Amino acid sequence: MLGFALRRLLSTIPVLWIALTLCFFILRLAPGGPFDAERQLPERILANLRAHYNLDKSLIVQYWDYVSGVLMGDLGPSYITDDFTVVDLIAIGLPYTFILGGAAFMLAILVGVLAGVIGALYQNKSTDYGIALVIMIGLIVPNFLMAPILQLVFGVTLGWLPVGGWGGGKLSHLVLPVIILALPHTARISRLMRGSMIEVLGANYIRTARAKGIGARLMITRHAIKPALLPVVSYLGPAAGYLLTGSLVVESIFGLPGIGQYFINAALNRDYGMVLGTVIFYMVLIILLNLVVDLVYALLDPKVRAH
Amino acid sequence: MPKNRLGTFFLSAFAAMFFVAPAYAAMLNLHNGGDPSSLDPHKVSGDWENRIVGDIFEGLMTEDVGATPMAGQAESWTISDDGLVYTFKLRESANWSDGQPVTAHDFVFAFQRIMNPETAAEYAYLQFPIKNAEEINSGDIADLGQLGVKAIDDKTLEITLEQPTPFFLGALTHYTAYPVPKHVVEAKGADWVKIDNIVVNGPYKPVEWIPGAHVTTTKNDKYYDVANLKIDGVKFFVLEDQSAALKRYRAGEFDILTDFPKDQYQWLQENHPGEARVAPFAGLYYYVFNHRKPPFDDARVRKALSMAINREVIGPQILGTGELPAYSWVPPGMANSGESSEVDWAEMSYPEKLEAAKALIAEAGYSEDNPLQVTLRYNTNDNHKRIAVAVVSMWKALGVEAKLFNSEVKVHYAEIRKGEFDVARAGWLADYNDPVNFLDLLKGSTSNNYGAYSSPEFDKLLDQASLETDLVKRASLLSQAEKIAMGDNAAAPIYFYLSENIVSPKIKGFEDNAFDIHRTRWLTKEE
Repeated sequence: MLGFALRRLLSTIPVLWIALTLCFFILRLAPGGPFDAERQLPERILANLRAHYNLDKSLIVQYWDYVSGVLMGDLGPSYITDDFTVVDLIAIGLPYTFILGGAAFMLAILVGVLAGVIGALYQNKSTDYGIALVIMIGLIVPNFLMAPILQLVFGVTLGWLPVGGWGGGKLSHLVLPVIILALPHTARISRLMRGSMIEVLGANYIRTARAKGIGARLMITRHAIKPALLPVVSYLGPAAGYLLTGSLVVESIFGLPGIGQYFINAALNRDYGMVLGTVIFYMVLIILLNLVVDLVYALLDPKVRAH
Repeated sequence: MPKNRLGTFFLSAFAAMFFVAPAYAAMLNLHNGGDPSSLDPHKVSGDWENRIVGDIFEGLMTEDVGATPMAGQAESWTISDDGLVYTFKLRESANWSDGQPVTAHDFVFAFQRIMNPETAAEYAYLQFPIKNAEEINSGDIADLGQLGVKAIDDKTLEITLEQPTPFFLGALTHYTAYPVPKHVVEAKGADWVKIDNIVVNGPYKPVEWIPGAHVTTTKNDKYYDVANLKIDGVKFFVLEDQSAALKRYRAGEFDILTDFPKDQYQWLQENHPGEARVAPFAGLYYYVFNHRKPPFDDARVRKALSMAINREVIGPQILGTGELPAYSWVPPGMANSGESSEVDWAEMSYPEKLEAAKALIAEAGYSEDNPLQVTLRYNTNDNHKRIAVAVVSMWKALGVEAKLFNSEVKVHYAEIRKGEFDVARAGWLADYNDPVNFLDLLKGSTSNNYGAYSSPEFDKLLDQASLETDLVKRASLLSQAEKIAMGDNAAAPIYFYLSENIVSPKIKGFEDNAFDIHRTRWLTKEE
């Protein structure tokens, strides 16, 4: 297993390098630069700025400098948020993103799996349809619409929860953003779980277990859930990647710190260093998450382990 | 006796609630918009950064409650008769937040630092009136000591200018003129500005900065006027989503919003009367004509296109906040300005303008078979789009075939700077209180003259004005220059900006002003 994990990690290095290179050059092809703004700077001041950030050198030299920096773990300065380096910014934003994304991830798994199991057990009954309706609303209504609605209802009108802000990480401040983040994933997980649970419940070994007179509860917890989880697990990799990379919409509507908005703002501001830094971070994270999913898969499914 | 002890406990807890609670209550929660790029006054350029940096640093001059220049770190000054040499006496009580005195050497260091090309300060050019500043910043003079800023002694500073500059005291309120602590910058290098190292001389000092969330400040107890500060500290919240900010205001999480969605103005007036404030703001919204490119080098075409824009409906109806229509280049109420120099067709009724515009278009050789084709370029934004759509339909009435083209702000300005446009949207907010700040936008060689308007006569008048020490004569030269540019319809002014704030009734001392600068020092908060 360890060898498998190591081989997988090593094989990602060329992928990382190619993606980094592409990203570096594509970014420079985008029109506009970090110092274009409503107020045009005098040519001489622009020259000072370009020299300060090494942008006056040839692209190849800049690329070489950048890649050698990355190898040393230095992602360079942020051109826009001058007081921090890219590594600083990611390190500051990451805990917030992980707390929010992690909580949303847990919530989505718990509620999604539960709703899926219940839906499967009461297949095509009113409970199933009720769950499906709620789930569908969660899936269809986009977060940039759902978030303001929840803010208005629970924050402004009812006054039960704060409308936004981190609030020192108090639970009440996390409720709305975590729900918004979790909603679409809860919906997908519950649909996946319901489908695979129905399939498993129709399988021969379940019928055998039933014929032997096993109780419904034991049958579900011991025999049905584990195999039914497999499709859900393969969805969890991308879902975790999505949740742990931050969400521009949730961060910007709720005014929360996090790397989602850094990434988008960096792209809009042509903050080359910041864009590349976040891209590298995202790639590493997603590769690691996929690896974890593969390992979990192996634990759950003996057939995979055998290969 | 346990019972009694319990009683004492409750009594003291009760007393504590009453007597202790108000002491830490006066935190100002300010919706500040964007994330600051730095706390270093030499590295910032936005109004959201000015709100923070201007609370934690103070220049020789500072702004009073109505944003008029007043004594800051300097307690007095004299100006030589030729208007070139300013001598400032610093306050004896002016100290850095680490207890060190603020000296003239800190100012010399700061001015040299911002002009040093290695600092790469975006806004250095605002202090170009200082002798040799431009030459040093562009690298023509390598010796920083040649800069016209000298320390006579620890508390006396002498600044020499290139030319008499009537707005110079005002320019000294700007963050490009703030001092930086020489002893800290020299010891810590670029890290001096990190939250753990930073030393400031303003009324407040920063204590926390979470990028993407907020910057928190607290009273600077070394500030000379600390006894009169009513607000204990400020939380500057980062939140670019205006509707989300408005919801947080309604829930009581913010005390002041520094902008709001225009389409909510009506609702705000009905539901929160007096809290949404719009006031004239020294800024101009305009369309640039590309003089490099026919037919926009034809004065008739420019005049016709400008005349056909019905400015009277844009503020009240299209934007909904009632912006003042602009028929001149310099916003009304600027200091040192002479008589207004509106375009000569300003007083005509709209149908008359339209008729005259049609005649001009025909005269320029366009007809139904050969319509004038224009692409109107704007940066992506709902309000710019609304105005552009309206203007295009107004131009249709002239028989002009107009198309819209939008791009994000970075691309927009990069492209129009290269001259890749017919007509393009632009805007300018005053840096200092003087007409020159706006007229420079049309001056031959400046980088902000996007349309490459070139009039030797206009440039000559501006050059004459820059040497003139008599303020009345200078004002008249500037207004003549404005008249020439408006006579040429060099660009189409559309409206003068409004400042838009929402201020909670709990906040007192917030005075609307043309620069939209409201230092926390002057505010109070009632619980």
